[in-house]
Amino acid sequence: MSPAHEPAPVATESGIPVEALYSPANAPLDYAAIGDPGSYPFTRGNFAAGYRHKLWTFRQYSGFGTADETNARYKYLLANGGTGLSVAADLPTQIGYDSDDPDVTEEVGRVGVALDTLADAEILFAGIPLDQVSTSWTVNGTAAVMLAFYVAVGKKQGVPVEKLRGTIQNDILKEYVARGTWIWPPEPSIRLIVDTIEFCARHIPRYNAISVAGAHFRDAGCTAAQEMAFTLADGVTYVDAVLERGRMTIDEFAPQVSFFFYTHSDFFEEIAKYRAGRRRWARLVKERWGAKNDSSCLFRMGCVAGGSTLYAPQPHNNIVRIAYEAMASVLGGVQSMFTSAWDEPFALPTEESTTLALRTQQILAYETGVARTVDPLGGSWYVESLTDAMEERIVEIMADLDDHGGMVRAIEDGYVQGLIAEEAWKAQKAIESGERPIVGVNRFQTDEPPADMTIYGLDAGGRQRQLDRLAQVKADRSGDEVRRVLKELQTAAEQNDVNLMPLLVEAVEAYATVGEITGALRDTWGEYRQPVVF
Amino acid sequence: MTAGSPQPRRVLVAKPGLDGHDRGAKIVARALRDAGYEVIYTGIRQKVGVIAELALQEDVDLVGLSVLSGAHLGLARQVLDALRANGLDDVKVVIGGTIPASDCRALLDLGVDAVFPTGTSIEEVVAGVDGLWKESDVAAG
Repeated sequence: MSPAHEPAPVATESGIPVEALYSPANAPLDYAAIGDPGSYPFTRGNFAAGYRHKLWTFRQYSGFGTADETNARYKYLLANGGTGLSVAADLPTQIGYDSDDPDVTEEVGRVGVALDTLADAEILFAGIPLDQVSTSWTVNGTAAVMLAFYVAVGKKQGVPVEKLRGTIQNDILKEYVARGTWIWPPEPSIRLIVDTIEFCARHIPRYNAISVAGAHFRDAGCTAAQEMAFTLADGVTYVDAVLERGRMTIDEFAPQVSFFFYTHSDFFEEIAKYRAGRRRWARLVKERWGAKNDSSCLFRMGCVAGGSTLYAPQPHNNIVRIAYEAMASVLGGVQSMFTSAWDEPFALPTEESTTLALRTQQILAYETGVARTVDPLGGSWYVESLTDAMEERIVEIMADLDDHGGMVRAIEDGYVQGLIAEEAWKAQKAIESGERPIVGVNRFQTDEPPADMTIYGLDAGGRQRQLDRLAQVKADRSGDEVRRVLKELQTAAEQNDVNLMPLLVEAVEAYATVGEITGALRDTWGEYRQPVVF
Repeated sequence: MTAGSPQPRRVLVAKPGLDGHDRGAKIVARALRDAGYEVIYTGIRQKVGVIAELALQEDVDLVGLSVLSGAHLGLARQVLDALRANGLDDVKVVIGGTIPASDCRALLDLGVDAVFPTGTSIEEVVAGVDGLWKESDVAAG
């Protein structure tokens, strides 16, 4: 049976009206305002040669169980053509609980790898040369501690600190709104982020000290325009904080600020989102903060294809969704990408589904030819017009946040959370009413039972091995040394102008645990209290 | 309960464990509120003991758990134990989240009253929750 033709919606998912036809008559191009690739304001991309200069990084988020198992998975991914690592840490590690904390027994090694002490980090990267592989960490609350781990492992491998490459997400503001791995209140948390940005600028020039992330706002339900606007507003908050401390100019650290997003299903809107965000950030860096170097204006970003656009019914359809989203990401000019696995609505992906997700990127890069020329959609009347409309929306949303007293205020009183919950509700209703078509969910449904799936199962012995190692580390280290350095850390934490990073490196090298370090700082700084909005 | 003006049933929507994804929990909270329930949402990262304590203090009829980390079996067991320890054997418990089909049976066997895995619609959740009292109401005449 052939379905009735449905007219395409006349607006994007963010509500930007779309004409039936774009031409010089209704969308004249101003090429000077667009600019060449690699030139300010970077609408067409960060680099003059686009992906001819360098393909995006295929970076598959991965980590589970203990450091030993994850190390084996990393070696597998690298051997199969992965070009960067992305550490998924378990929730206790991300929130600052040790594996032996009685409140977290269900969570050890579950959604990522358990890292309690430097001993775990040493195993995680065993046999992986840190001067050759770049590593991204989706860690925020405990990002500074993970950075200290990385520096310490590099030292043990004999890699000079300035050769380390990678990214720590380190973006706490969106955690308060959407992802939930906060520990301390905003003020001290932002100060610690400023410490890490300073530390990376001075010592690790090829390391992104922060990856300001819109991805989690998006997966929590907001629109593409809100995702970009909230992210840029967070970026403004962090950069302002570094500049307020007054020890660095914008050009000294802006090149180490990066960004991270979700690519969802509205193909051209996603492309426009990336082009508009890149141009808006470049303008902010130059106009708001007076950057002198064009390289400071670059909006370097990674993305995920998948997330909440994946659905449980007819799950193999997700493979197709991810492939289209990956293509939109590349046409938008991302620097690195993670493609989700089709089985993620059910559980952590299997090795087979993870491999397929990586192959999706490889086919895109090597078979489709999309990387052949720079910004192939540049100059499209539609895409340029949509990029302009998207930038206007972003500016409006950022102005609204300013009116609300800035991002920190808008988070503390639940304003941003309310905006996102509203969009999530509308999206859910639109799907259930059929207004937003989703194949297999509200169109072309089948009654077949879900396919038999091999679902990744947690290794029951893993937690015990982790507890054994932690106990051994605690027995072998000097308790006096741990207590001394934690005391020093607390004293320094009370002084806003002291950079805590060197002390954090000292603490992890004494084999202080993640829980002990965050606990010491919690005693000094207190804990964040969430506003509850629905 | 007086005839004609029944007290709305009270629901505690709770996020046990450390998982911070609460898009679904918030949507369900809103849907149940719109359907006439009095809804309290705990926010994320609530300890099991705190959830059981809130259920007692707030005199709720239903606890709705949301778990997306995969820890649903262990957390459901802990919450059920904690509710029983507080004498709340009559409080109904439902759970939603990233739950594979193979675990739904196990959750029901633990004593959970209904499971709403990924892909359940708002309508199905509300109907499922409404239905929890249908049988007992009929039984009570």
